Amino acid sequence: MVQHNIDIKRLKIPEPIVVITDLSLYYGKTLALKEITLDISKKKVTSFIGPSGCGKSTLIRCLNRLNDLIEGVTIEGNIKIDGQDIYAPAIDVTALRKKVGMVFQKPNPFPKTIYENVVYGPRVQGINKKSVLDEICEKALKKAALWDEVKDRLRTSALDLSGGQQQRICIARAIATEPEIILLDEPCSALDPIATAKIEDMLVDLKKDYTVIIVTHNMQQAARISDYTGFFMLGTLVEFNITTEIFTNPREKQTEDYITGRFG
Amino acid sequence: MTREAYHKALINLQDEVLEMAGMVANAIKKSVESLQKRDINESKTIITNDSLINKKRFAIEERCISLIATQQPMAVDLRVLTSILSIITDLERMGDHAEGIAKISLLIGDEPLVKPLIDIPRMSDIGLSMLDKCLKAFVNRDVEAARLICNEDDTVDALHDQVYRELLILMIQNPKIIHQATYLTWVSHNLERIADRVTNIAERIVFMVTGKMEEMNVSKY
Repeated sequence: MVQHNIDIKRLKIPEPIVVITDLSLYYGKTLALKEITLDISKKKVTSFIGPSGCGKSTLIRCLNRLNDLIEGVTIEGNIKIDGQDIYAPAIDVTALRKKVGMVFQKPNPFPKTIYENVVYGPRVQGINKKSVLDEICEKALKKAALWDEVKDRLRTSALDLSGGQQQRICIARAIATEPEIILLDEPCSALDPIATAKIEDMLVDLKKDYTVIIVTHNMQQAARISDYTGFFMLGTLVEFNITTEIFTNPREKQTEDYITGRFG
Repeated sequence: MTREAYHKALINLQDEVLEMAGMVANAIKKSVESLQKRDINESKTIITNDSLINKKRFAIEERCISLIATQQPMAVDLRVLTSILSIITDLERMGDHAEGIAKISLLIGDEPLVKPLIDIPRMSDIGLSMLDKCLKAFVNRDVEAARLICNEDDTVDALHDQVYRELLILMIQNPKIIHQATYLTWVSHNLERIADRVTNIAERIVFMVTGKMEEMNVSKY
């Protein structure tokens, strides 16, 4: 195993919003993440790439403590978001998940109308005034680049939408709770190239207001949309750098071999 | 996800570049030899064959573009492809310089040379030796060897100045030879440019391996 220079991983970045230090995660006795140390910049798109089982999804699921729901998971090290240790005993996990929204690989709209899907989060938070919810709905759908396509059928079922539209409904649903960070776990893997392109354009727009962290198997996608990219292998962060550097001149041979298809 | 066909295509492309470089080296060598031997037919052949070099360059360029479009090369593969695009442009221009020397040979025609050619063949030999080393550095991805090549360019520059001064003196002594002597300074200039082009290729090799653009063709002379 190559010994990595710590500078390759803890890259100096502007405005770190997420600070991960020596994070290790075990599923039972299996070590899934090994001493991950990296910072994520505010209002930038950060991609995590790597072969299946490398730990990239596990890592983003740590950022809103979704792994808490899996039995036998233990975590060492720490993650700070906005300077606050998210694994501290006093932390309110619901508030954390409001701050750190998530969109999954397969679009999973609720079997409700488009409108009700988008305003679901705000309703749970206790917002009931129709004019406020209407405004939230429109704003979120506009940010998710879906408003023009669905504005005339907000009261129809979200399940009637195409896969790409359903995924954007899920993104609008995540945005509606006004998170600071949006986590996306392979959000385009079930979508066609046109739907993928729309999501990619939207993600680049979203970074004006949000920090976007995306796990993707599509390296061209990472290259196209992200400002920073981390390459993971066997639970280790091999390299973290500015995206153009990763894809034109990676420092580590393992990164080079993976992105040029010489291994994997 | 290993991509054998793609990586084989990259290796084939490198072989094509070496083949093109061989054609260019041959043209340079023969252009100076035919000038020296006053072999008009050989000079004509060099001029005709330049189109083969140009065709080869376009064929390689098309294959590079096709690989970029279909394989989305990244990291070292992307650097190799963009470097090849630059290298074949330099090689093609070197071919044009050889063609230029052959055309000068035709312009001189039946006239005997105003002086025996000594430094001009030396410039050709050094340029060809630089190209040969450069191709080895390209194949071996040898940055240090590529850097060293640039030092030899100074020798070629010095020889070019020497040829120019010598011919100038001859022209002053005997204005009747101005016509041919001027042609010979053009030959020297073509060879000086050939060596410069080799240093461009050496710079590309350094970029290809390290990912860093370095200006190496800064003459100390």
